[in-house]
Amino acid sequence: MTAQDTAPSTTELKTPTSADLAQVFTTERPPRPSAWAASTTFGWRALLKIKHVPEQLFDVTLFPIMMTLMFTYLFGGALAGSPTDYLQFFLPGILVVSIVMITMYTGLAVNTDIEKGVFDRFRTLPIWRPAPMVGYLLGDGFRYLIASVVIVTMGLILGYRPAGGVTGVLAGVAVLLLFCFALSWIWTMFGLLLRSEKSVMGVSMMLIMPLSFLSSAYVDPSTMPNWLEAFVNVNPITFAVDSVRALMNGDWPGTDLLWLAILGAGLIAVFGAATMRLYNRK
Amino acid sequence: MSDAAIEVRGLVKRFGGTAAVDGIDLTVPAGTVYGVLGPNGAGKTTTVKMLATLLRPDDGEARVFGRDVVREADAVRGLVAMTGQYASVDEDLTGQENLVLLGRLLGYSKKAAAARSELFLETLGLTAAARRQVKNYSGGMRRRLDIAASLLSVPQLLFLDEPTTGLDPRSRNQVWEIIRAIVDQGTTVLLTTQYLDEADQLASRIAVIDEGKVIAEGTKGELKASIGLGSVHVRLRDADRREQAAAILAETLAADIQRDADPVALTARVREQADAGGGPVSEMAAHQTGVALGELARAGIVVDAFSMGQPSLDEVFLALTDRPATTEEDAA
Repeated sequence: MTAQDTAPSTTELKTPTSADLAQVFTTERPPRPSAWAASTTFGWRALLKIKHVPEQLFDVTLFPIMMTLMFTYLFGGALAGSPTDYLQFFLPGILVVSIVMITMYTGLAVNTDIEKGVFDRFRTLPIWRPAPMVGYLLGDGFRYLIASVVIVTMGLILGYRPAGGVTGVLAGVAVLLLFCFALSWIWTMFGLLLRSEKSVMGVSMMLIMPLSFLSSAYVDPSTMPNWLEAFVNVNPITFAVDSVRALMNGDWPGTDLLWLAILGAGLIAVFGAATMRLYNRK
Repeated sequence: MSDAAIEVRGLVKRFGGTAAVDGIDLTVPAGTVYGVLGPNGAGKTTTVKMLATLLRPDDGEARVFGRDVVREADAVRGLVAMTGQYASVDEDLTGQENLVLLGRLLGYSKKAAAARSELFLETLGLTAAARRQVKNYSGGMRRRLDIAASLLSVPQLLFLDEPTTGLDPRSRNQVWEIIRAIVDQGTTVLLTTQYLDEADQLASRIAVIDEGKVIAEGTKGELKASIGLGSVHVRLRDADRREQAAAILAETLAADIQRDADPVALTARVREQADAGGGPVSEMAAHQTGVALGELARAGIVVDAFSMGQPSLDEVFLALTDRPATTEEDAA
């Protein structure tokens, strides 16, 4: 802590007098911020935290690289003849799965934050109530964007050639980010509901592992036994993977997108409401 | 608008089976510092959290400047600010970023929020530390930033929940200065504290709470009169002589004797005598204490340590809670 040397110690700090305070106690106040302004302000807070604690970008850089490399070379030869051929099918899948896995850290962030006094301050402000939660998700959206860039770049290096071109890839990433925004309300709920970081992590893993593996991300569901295929076909992650894969391939997955939109709205309605209920009661 | 900043009737909050706040009534006049005195776990923080709309009361009613804290929570949030026991600032951010963040959340534009944060950092003497992360601040600086964050909105009512807990004496005095300056601006302050001298220094009225109930309420003068004058602590060499010593002290001091957990320790609470009048009571108490020590020596009881002083919070509590119910100890 070399910065400490240059700072004055508390005992040297100037203590304000009544006259000093009278000058800053202006009674006119600006109008309250809109819901959007309050949410983006909290999003800005999340970005500041990334600036001050850049280590937290590990999970959106190294983790996706590891996932992409590992599964491309592990399954590539067996499933598609060669890693490059597999990658054409697999890259959109690993993109969705990696980022869905990263969303779970939102719950951890909420859980560690709630223990701190700063949360009490936010809750005594006259602002749109969900703003702090939406702020997390906006800040996380930035992290997912980084992860997406990392994975797609990695894919391009390894030989992935998206038929949808730049537009297709951008559309795919956009759909993925919207889906993650909706999905994350599950984690904010757990972040508020569960007592410790460990339990948030445990419960999130329990949900995320089967959902991400039992989806269309790694293999074509038609190769699976009927009972498993039935499950995979109703798995929300499958809808996300199929939509993103189609968009990146240059197709228009109308039905999948519609289902995904309905699903997203449902997630927000159910888990968003549950999150806010817990937030107001905490 | 009513004259009272806070009106609380029969407030109750239960956690699980136990009532943390068990039917509290309070009336806090606007423009004053109101002290809520109590030990850890008395229900101070829970009460403040309900008033600040952070917790929902299970029963009873609370109004802040006439607004109900449950039904008109948002209006109440526009009037109050709170500086909690644990710093209500973001440790990962710098002091300046914290204030800009709050300024933005209060509705200031980017530019206005930046200007306002500079102004408050300057006023609270934090300009030099503005661009350092709060986690590197000293306790006193953190508390100042916390107070700055609360003042940014110029609240009509400020909750200060144990604002000096964990601060060194110098920083504590500085926080007291700041609190006095805040009240001068017309802001009402509800201060919770574990320290009798803090309440004594700052508050005009004090409520003493214990186990979720108000056990005494009044001006400082009223409260002191009910607590008594002070206490005499005695440590004996020989635990076997304690009963004898207790009898001697009870007689010479006309005091209530408390047997401490330590088998050689005794505490005598010197009470105001009905016939003592208003004046030199403490002098009389000091004189009587001298006499009492003499009596102990005459009886051959060795006193290893002795002290006399203003009532501590413990003693305030013993004086206030003992009185009607647990007098059997004194009657022994």
